[in-house]
Amino acid sequence: MTEREAVAHLLRRATFGPTADEVDAAERAGFGATLDRLLTPDGPDRGAAATPAPAFGPDPAAALGKDAGREQRQQANRERRAQVTALTAWWLARMVAAEHQCDEKLLFFWHGHWATGAQKVRSAALMQRQLQTLRRLGRGPLVPLVDAMVRDPALILWLDGQQNTRRAPNENLARELMELFTLGIGGGYGEVDVKEGARALTGWTVDRGTGTARFVARRHDPGPKVILGRRAAFDAASFAALLAGRPEAARFVAGRLWFRYAGAQVPAPTDLAGPDTVGTLRRIFTAPAFAQTRDTLVKQPVEWLVGAARQLGVRPAALSEAGRRRLLSGLNALDQVPLRPPSVGGWPAGTAWLTTSSLQARLRLADQLAGAADAAVLDRLAAAPPAGRPEALARLLVVDRWSDRTRAALAPLAGEPRRLLVAALVSPEYAVS
Amino acid sequence: MDVLTRRRFLVASGVVGATALAGGAAAYRLRDVLATAGDGDPRARTLVLVTLYGGNDGLHTVVPHADPAYRDARPDLAYSAEEVLRLDDGVGLNPALPGLHRAYGEGRLAVVRGVGYPKPDRSHFRSMDIWHTAQPDRPGTTGWLGRWLDGAGGDPRLAVSFEPALPPLLAGERGAGASVPVTERETTPRLGAEALAALGAAAPGESPARARAAACFADLRAVDGMVRQVRAADDGEGAEDDGESAPATATGGARASLDAQLDLVARCVEAGVVTRVFSVSLGGFDTHADEKQLQQVLLGQLDAALSRFADRMGRTDAGRRVVVAVYSEFGRRVRANASDGTDHGTASNVLLLGAPVDGGLHGEPPSLTDLDDGDLKFTTDFRDVYATLLERVLDTDPGAVLAGWRGRLTGVL
Repeated sequence: MTEREAVAHLLRRATFGPTADEVDAAERAGFGATLDRLLTPDGPDRGAAATPAPAFGPDPAAALGKDAGREQRQQANRERRAQVTALTAWWLARMVAAEHQCDEKLLFFWHGHWATGAQKVRSAALMQRQLQTLRRLGRGPLVPLVDAMVRDPALILWLDGQQNTRRAPNENLARELMELFTLGIGGGYGEVDVKEGARALTGWTVDRGTGTARFVARRHDPGPKVILGRRAAFDAASFAALLAGRPEAARFVAGRLWFRYAGAQVPAPTDLAGPDTVGTLRRIFTAPAFAQTRDTLVKQPVEWLVGAARQLGVRPAALSEAGRRRLLSGLNALDQVPLRPPSVGGWPAGTAWLTTSSLQARLRLADQLAGAADAAVLDRLAAAPPAGRPEALARLLVVDRWSDRTRAALAPLAGEPRRLLVAALVSPEYAVS
Repeated sequence: MDVLTRRRFLVASGVVGATALAGGAAAYRLRDVLATAGDGDPRARTLVLVTLYGGNDGLHTVVPHADPAYRDARPDLAYSAEEVLRLDDGVGLNPALPGLHRAYGEGRLAVVRGVGYPKPDRSHFRSMDIWHTAQPDRPGTTGWLGRWLDGAGGDPRLAVSFEPALPPLLAGERGAGASVPVTERETTPRLGAEALAALGAAAPGESPARARAAACFADLRAVDGMVRQVRAADDGEGAEDDGESAPATATGGARASLDAQLDLVARCVEAGVVTRVFSVSLGGFDTHADEKQLQQVLLGQLDAALSRFADRMGRTDAGRRVVVAVYSEFGRRVRANASDGTDHGTASNVLLLGAPVDGGLHGEPPSLTDLDDGDLKFTTDFRDVYATLLERVLDTDPGAVLAGWRGRLTGVL
């Protein structure tokens, strides 16, 4: 791999999708300096600052009295849905606009890891709060992150934590906490640990009016529990600390990061877990095996869309309301809408995304993206002589090289920049990075 | 595989990524099949597999209302003899299932009780992996119908899912079934047929994932042609995505309504396509809290969609060869929790519906007092059900698909 190919590979994985200019700059800086700047960005993120988060008032439904009529409730629920749509559109715009791309993509990783769905939480404010928590703690060590998440209002609502009481514990949150968020299947816990863990988490409820999690002592089971062979009067904090401090948790989360950033084709190296998540990412990107994963990772739909938007100069925030809605409905057709994971297990990966159905949706969305592309980008493409346009396109989309197959498909379209763009965006070389 | 592949969708990705397409040959083989594909065999039966994601409460689908242990375990949740739709003196269907109750009366609905597998796993994802792969000891990287598809020649049109992401059960060793979107009327081939065909060609030496991405272009042409024919035959109203109205829980399922999915199945069956297996799904059954109402809403959707579909199937010869099988990854704990819900359980019912089915109650009902750590002990291995479907519906030797499994249901099909 040349230095340019190495930094392009790094940027394709660590960010949503680099622009040609970013690859140029990274090539000049070299791999090491590029990695440092990705993991520890200097200076404020001007793109993020120019994309301020929407502010949501009190929950529209929680404000209703007990005697509210059917119509009032319907109206409140409409407002709730509109707020969630606004939050989703904002996040998508921010993913495109953010300069600190590695942090932005890491947030999307954590969202898929602690996969929480707005369709059940039904509160934009609580989903936003969860994103803020993941953003604040997602770079660091696991213990503070898990500690904050077991008391995150959206997660509690999503996994029925508010129904978990000493009289009859509800296992949902405790089970997924161990299976999906910290230890993983085979991580050394059993059914008894799930039941005991549920007791530790009893007592936490969510006040939708104030949007906060509240501890109600009389609902909590203060008795001793035996979890993972340790006997103590565990509560949410000590249970979270126990799980997050296990070596199995560090290994499991590091494995999940490898899976999303490097894929499933090349096994994860041993000793991948760093002292914190940024440290783990550094080990992933510098592992010799990481270089071998080139051309094997299927882009998730959000990665594909956000990367293409960055490269084509499409700013979702600058689109019309209808244009933004089309992007979201395109993601919906691809089955990956942020804040709406299909289940608490998060989104699929790999070739599960490569279906006939998703190809149709990608074709339509690619057409919209190409139609919204920045004029300067199209001009630059048109400035190349027709025979050189596939090369210009490879540079624009940061594809190392086209296969003969794709080159043959692109050649007849060289005179039509928009269709040329569509073909390149749906090509196997662009779908799999 | 390693720990990373343990979630249900990750199984699928491991599957198709690592093994199925190592040769990257799907595009070619499909085209070869296309050249020879005739219409569906008019004597062949069709399997419609309905997956209920989230763990449907079997004890509140087929309710053992006369069992005192049932009332003891669920004092606030229990249905009375008067509320349920009577099957016999001891059990009745959930009141939200009048259409299935009618089918039962007409001998078209079989209830197979106590279906499960050894050493039950109470994780949604692991348990669904087990149901998808039919490998309870160690869920592998292929689905049971994907392995059937491998043996049947690998044409993705033989096994069609109406979910955007491919369910693992349709992923085989060498190929995979097709997923067809419910909401899209047809493709918008802005690129034109030549470009689509060119992008579908294999490129020497490329990674399996890229080969799969290319194969999608070839599959798209095949599947699109089939669905377009079907839709042209019936220019009825398009199915709308009804994602907002369904109650939500955290464990997955298709977002297009079951009704819309089954409508497409019906049109395909009536048109005599080559497809032998259709996979559809309904999610939201993870009723940890406030179960009674939530499950009734979902069972109501299931009942309306299934009975409309079954009635329609009863009107054609092709339709009378359709067998519908309904299952979920597990039932729920016998004892209710304090949230008026139930936690993850084990064995449950499998429902079989259609003209070829010998209706009635089949299999031993599990005891409500002789429990395994609070959960039902299974009485019928789920591979008996699969083997019977493979043998009686898909005319296939189950041994090749189910690692030599010999058990069968008797007197059901």
